[in-house]
Amino acid sequence: MSEKKTKRRDFLFTATYAVGAVGVGATIWPMIDQMNPDASVKALASTEVDVSSVNPGKTITVLWRGKPVFIRRRTQEEIAEAKAVSLKDLKHPEKDEDRAKDPEWLVMLGVCTHLGCVPLDQKGDYNGWFCPCHGSHYDTSGRIRKGPAPTNMEIPEYKFVNSNTIKIG
Amino acid sequence: MSDHEYTPKSKFGKWFNDRLPLLTLASHLTDYPTPKNLNYWWTFGGILTFCLLTQIITGLVLAMHYIAHADMAFDSVEHIMRDVNYGWLIRYIHANGASMFFLAVYIHIFRSLFYGSYKSPREVIWIIGIIIYLLMMAAAFLGYVLPWGQMSFWGATVITNLFSAIPLVGEGIVTWLWGGYSVDNPTLTRFFTLHYLIPFLILGLVVLHIWALHVPGNNNPVGIDIQKPSKDTVPFHPYIVIKDGFALLMFMIVFAFFVFYTPNILGHADNYIEANPLVTPAHIVPEWYLLPFYAILRSVPDKLLGVIAMLSAILILAALPWLDTSKIRSAVFRPLYRQFYWILVADVLILGYVGAMPAEGLYLLIARVATAYYFIHFLVILPILGFKEKTLPVPLSITEPVLGGSPNLAGARIKNKENL
Amino acid sequence: MKNFFKIIILSLIIMCGHMNAYSAEKVEYLKTHWSFKGLFGKFDRASLQRGYQVYTEVCSSCHSMKYLSYRNLAEDGGPEFSIEQAKAIAASFEVKDGPNSDGDMFTRPGKLSDKFVMPYDNVKAAQAANGGAYPPDMSVLVKARGGGVDYIYSLLQGYEEPPVGMKLDDGVYYNKYMYGNKIKMSNQLSDGLVEYGDGTTATVEQMSKDVTTFLMWAAEPHLESRHRMGFKAIIYLIILTVLVYFSMKRIWSGIETKI
Repeated sequence: MSEKKTKRRDFLFTATYAVGAVGVGATIWPMIDQMNPDASVKALASTEVDVSSVNPGKTITVLWRGKPVFIRRRTQEEIAEAKAVSLKDLKHPEKDEDRAKDPEWLVMLGVCTHLGCVPLDQKGDYNGWFCPCHGSHYDTSGRIRKGPAPTNMEIPEYKFVNSNTIKIG
Repeated sequence: MSDHEYTPKSKFGKWFNDRLPLLTLASHLTDYPTPKNLNYWWTFGGILTFCLLTQIITGLVLAMHYIAHADMAFDSVEHIMRDVNYGWLIRYIHANGASMFFLAVYIHIFRSLFYGSYKSPREVIWIIGIIIYLLMMAAAFLGYVLPWGQMSFWGATVITNLFSAIPLVGEGIVTWLWGGYSVDNPTLTRFFTLHYLIPFLILGLVVLHIWALHVPGNNNPVGIDIQKPSKDTVPFHPYIVIKDGFALLMFMIVFAFFVFYTPNILGHADNYIEANPLVTPAHIVPEWYLLPFYAILRSVPDKLLGVIAMLSAILILAALPWLDTSKIRSAVFRPLYRQFYWILVADVLILGYVGAMPAEGLYLLIARVATAYYFIHFLVILPILGFKEKTLPVPLSITEPVLGGSPNLAGARIKNKENL
Repeated sequence: MKNFFKIIILSLIIMCGHMNAYSAEKVEYLKTHWSFKGLFGKFDRASLQRGYQVYTEVCSSCHSMKYLSYRNLAEDGGPEFSIEQAKAIAASFEVKDGPNSDGDMFTRPGKLSDKFVMPYDNVKAAQAANGGAYPPDMSVLVKARGGGVDYIYSLLQGYEEPPVGMKLDDGVYYNKYMYGNKIKMSNQLSDGLVEYGDGTTATVEQMSKDVTTFLMWAAEPHLESRHRMGFKAIIYLIILTVLVYFSMKRIWSGIETKI
């Protein structure tokens, strides 16, 4: 067999393999994507909460995307405490102003950033939250101060629809 | 697995292979000597493996979203069809995949019947195949119940009621199957469990089926044993792999056409109505692949005898290696058997057709004649034919007809062409 | 190989013949052109939007569509209302929600994620309000009827005077295309019954076509992407088949067997 012929054969086989591989990939994708959130789950991405009955110093917990969201109406002392902390002392430096647009209201995902447990309200060394699973302490702004959690508790996207209603998501 | 000598080249390969001879197995499978004269009817083994794997994979995916509860099953199927990413695609592949699976298995079985692949020394392969076929029917029936539509519900009711034909214990068995006094939630959940289990049983049996095949090796269109492996066979890889692959792609084009353009044509409209124990649909019809047996069931006026006739129609196949007394395997050299073979094919198609029709008048008469002929074919014609038939001369080797060197074969080949 | 394909094609035809054997009714349905049929079939958006209007203004007072959500109205391949339009449509319905923190159920305007509001609380209530007949849910109605869209389209226009000698009970009507010719739904459509926003004349025929198109989409919301993907998949398979065919020829070129 001449060299030219061999080359042509190689090309044919390579092309067949390549086209076949594309098909296999295209077939596998739907099997993977089916495990992603489906259309009905995506549609439930926002929830509205009535906060008119929450007094200063109280926290309510609501469910959003299957996870707890803490909505705390903070007292003046808590706000002052949160603002007084120097960014240098923080493991994950974030200003309190950036976390609570309206300082009175702290809306955050009630999920410990360590391994996903729900921290306890008004516990721990920093008057904020304490995660019982592995001992992470959060301050009054939900920032990690002590323990294994790597970052502050997450702030979800939210806005005040009116003075009594918060829309999360 | 035969006398295969294989030593891995690498040191690690040898170390591993001494402990678990996977490489020997792989080498056996790739080098497996396959008759080089296999035609395209032999590609359906590979196609069936593809069908089984497709059903298992899409089934696993569907099971992630399906809810086996009488109140939620229908809703969860609609959820799959509407909301789950590519859910409609996966469900349509699974639903049409069942039909394609049966299409392929029928071709595979009738290939066997034509070329005498069930005969000695391949009886065990054949019987394992029959068991696989029975399990396929069970899986298909159980799966059809899961969407919990009207056909699901009433199909389940009718088929489970077949067991009530058994004298004395029948009613008890039916209640036991249902887990209640009618087809209901307990029935659905157990059907789901079994539907999930059976494909894996089939997979295990397929391994045995192939193992049993690799002992005597493949039959082939002329139906004679391999004389010289070096001359008569080719290694499985790449020769048969590429040929099976080509046939599989043709098959997939047909499959894709059903899935994308007529996904519901093989199903029944009533199954898009949620199960209602108070109303029976006007016509209860099983899926197309069960119609011939449904016709046999209905053609017998007695309940118990009808069930027995239907079961025997399948089980009789297991006795086929002994009912067929001919020494010659391939129908190519059996001019009379060839005629009867095609009559049987027509008979089964007719049974399928009348199975879809109301069991009354002319249809019932045709069903009865066709049922009788089905049994006569296997119980009377085949045993006698083996002794009476004048067969054509068989070539000396597989290579001979390939080269066109056998003068006595030329006539046979022309005749064969006319018939095929 | 020729014989092989001949037989395959023949058996496929027989198989499909089987299917038609028991789905075909003896009545000839009315014919019309459906834009969603065929290899590249797509829905007529304007018709879907009009169909939705007919459904809401006429059918929805009795027929539920429990598998559809308002968000579907804005999704690709459907009526494709804008998100704002879909939100407005959803908000025009009162949805029962709850319980609230006091344990009471309450109503609020609908959201995109809500399912279509049902006309009755349950099947029994629906039956009680309709003389014992349950108006079937319309989500998959097209797929649940043997004749599909042609059947629904014909049925809506199939009301006639009963033949002489046929006695109909109260609340039962004669319909040419209904199985058994007796239907418990009275004729719902009359010319000019709805006023289409796009100026299309609302004849009975037009409304039947629009609402049937809408029902087809409701039953097969992914029809368009199915057709698109199917075309690509089959073209792909043909290309790969050709490549594999020539590869096979090459590989077998050293063997004297015909392939």
